[in-house]
Amino acid sequence: MALKRKSKEFKWHNKHLLGLRELSAEEITYILDTAKGFEQISTRSVKKAPPLRGKVVVNLFFEDSTRTRISFSLAANRLSADIIEFTKKDSSVSKGETLLDTAKNLEAMGIDIVVIRHSAGGAPRFLSRNINACVVNAGDGFNEHPTQGLLDVYTIRKIRGTLEGLKIAIVGDVAHSRVARSDMWAMTKLGAEVIFVGPPTLMPAEVGRLPVKVSYNLDEVIEKVDVVNMLRIQFERLGGNPFPSIREYSHYFGLTVERMNKAKSDILVMHPGPINRGLEIESEVADGKNSVILEQVTNGLAVRMAVLFLVNQAAAESR
Amino acid sequence: MGSELLIKNGRVIDPANGIDKKCNVLITDGKIAEVGEVKKDVQRVIDAEGKLVTPGLIDIHVHFREPGDEEEETIASGSMAAVAAGFTSVVCMPNTNPVIENETDIEYIHRKARQARKTHVYTMGAITKGLQGVELAEMGFMAEAGAVGFTDDGRGVQDPAVMRRALKYAAMFNVFIAQHCQDDAIAGKGVMNSGYYSTILGLPGLDPLAEQAMLWRDIQLIKKTNVRYHAQHISTAGSVELIRQAKNESLPITCEVAPHHLLLTDECCAEYDTNYKVNPPLRSERDVEALRQAVADGLVDALATDHAPHLQSEKELEFLTAPFGIASLECALALYVKALIEPGILDWPGLIRLMAEKPAKIIGVDKGTLSKGKQADVTIIDPKAEYKIDVNTFHSKSRNCPYHGWTVKGKAEKTIVGGEIRFEA
Repeated sequence: MALKRKSKEFKWHNKHLLGLRELSAEEITYILDTAKGFEQISTRSVKKAPPLRGKVVVNLFFEDSTRTRISFSLAANRLSADIIEFTKKDSSVSKGETLLDTAKNLEAMGIDIVVIRHSAGGAPRFLSRNINACVVNAGDGFNEHPTQGLLDVYTIRKIRGTLEGLKIAIVGDVAHSRVARSDMWAMTKLGAEVIFVGPPTLMPAEVGRLPVKVSYNLDEVIEKVDVVNMLRIQFERLGGNPFPSIREYSHYFGLTVERMNKAKSDILVMHPGPINRGLEIESEVADGKNSVILEQVTNGLAVRMAVLFLVNQAAAESR
Repeated sequence: MGSELLIKNGRVIDPANGIDKKCNVLITDGKIAEVGEVKKDVQRVIDAEGKLVTPGLIDIHVHFREPGDEEEETIASGSMAAVAAGFTSVVCMPNTNPVIENETDIEYIHRKARQARKTHVYTMGAITKGLQGVELAEMGFMAEAGAVGFTDDGRGVQDPAVMRRALKYAAMFNVFIAQHCQDDAIAGKGVMNSGYYSTILGLPGLDPLAEQAMLWRDIQLIKKTNVRYHAQHISTAGSVELIRQAKNESLPITCEVAPHHLLLTDECCAEYDTNYKVNPPLRSERDVEALRQAVADGLVDALATDHAPHLQSEKELEFLTAPFGIASLECALALYVKALIEPGILDWPGLIRLMAEKPAKIIGVDKGTLSKGKQADVTIIDPKAEYKIDVNTFHSKSRNCPYHGWTVKGKAEKTIVGGEIRFEA
């Protein structure tokens, strides 16, 4: 897909951010460019800007999260919004209010932006159809985690200048990973080649129809790629035992010092966190010179500020 | 002198008797008295010029939710929906709450149906108690009370030993055993077809293998038993091939296909609209093509809706948690026309065969024809009536119908049950 650099004339008009699949390269680039402008706010002595003053953002988290939730809160704070935290671990409908009722109640209190994390793929889209507030997807089941995808490409672009022509491996439990999906859409749209690496039991159905290559051999792939993104083994989502043991998994798919020795010297090592040290990645690698894991977290803040800013702006214009 | 009703000038289609011609149908005392010229003066006359006059349509797979979930559907509301759609007989599935698993339950359904006084309502009984797949339910008593067959529909009988026992035992009675083919171990927690769309939507997939594995297993089992076996709502190209082979071996197997599997694909789930969430799930284009081809090849014995009503509030949930099911009874005829007649896969006699004659044979009732002396269940169809499907006009209590807004052709104009006009458009 050709990347058109016309950010300046481009106008953002989505009042929701539900996924990266439906965004164009131009739209993704526009968010990244907007994020760049916000990056310096966090380095100032007064870490605040006024664009969301008087707006209410609710963090509607139906699944555990530390960094994403805090990152969104901080992003909203820096833009001077009021932020409400709502966490409910058990979103089972049989045990109470439905998602729709919860959201409608919050809306009745006058919220402007809902940041939602939910265990059901499509929950943010469902919400966006039924409420007037802006909806930002903070991770839905194993569908998408668009702000993670954005911060990943932001981080790569910041270091490498462009994604065009880069080879990127995404390693691990691809089947149950919303990060893998958002990364795939964003990275391929921006011109990178993506390789999914993992055991066949952790590859999604008809993976061959996705715009990626697939490999079961990390040793072969690691030599060729410019970026390696190690996915967390999501024990909470795995059914049965898709691999015989952690030991065997690590043997084939762990990012070890030994494997890193075969990689390009300037390879970027990424991980969406939280890290299972010693499982999918060895500590020496996670903390090593090629690791950009903490930069990802830092950049996440700017990206989320950009997203909140843009959806709010689009909502204001549509009013 | 008894009551008489003459249906004049219609195109009479009665596949069982090889009739497809413009003629008249005389009904006397609730029975078919004559099909032909009928040179008799009768007071009550229906002019069916330009219409089709067919044996009453039969849907052998509906969920009327009674007892237990009367807010979704009742036997009364479902029966009204049925006659409004041209169905003079329906077969209820036993996965109600409580489950239909003894003779009293069967009698309850029949009583409710008599009170509703619309369509004939038959019911199947559970194969196993509580649909648990462990102990056989009282098939004998249920059969004597009028159960036409047995199924654990909603799920398949998982344990092959239990299924083998059910097939062996049922051979004592003139019943059939039907299966919702789904191996739960393979199906896992899937909510839509496993494939490209489940992958890009991030939803757990239901592998076609879950259906095929159980169907294959059952085909092995029926080789050793002597009972009629019916595969409900088959949905995959692989199942079509298994049915084809089994029929080539002359095994006592029949199968049905639901309208959504002939019209919709898993791509429809792309917006997470839960009206497309159904089990078996909407499959790929290739599967739809294979099912249509199976109809063309005569491998499909019945068209059955799997009418599965749900409240809007139940469907207004995340795709992952919403219940499975599509309510399509009321627009079924037009859906089959769209799927099968319009593309030239079936002609009208072919369609009526799969909507009346053969379904009657599967459930073992003396219906589905306009033979002289038979109970006068007759549907008069306007094949040219074009209309927009509007769920708000449904007699069913539920609105979970993804065809809302579709422009379709073909509508029941009058539904006659036992000689009585029970519905008029």
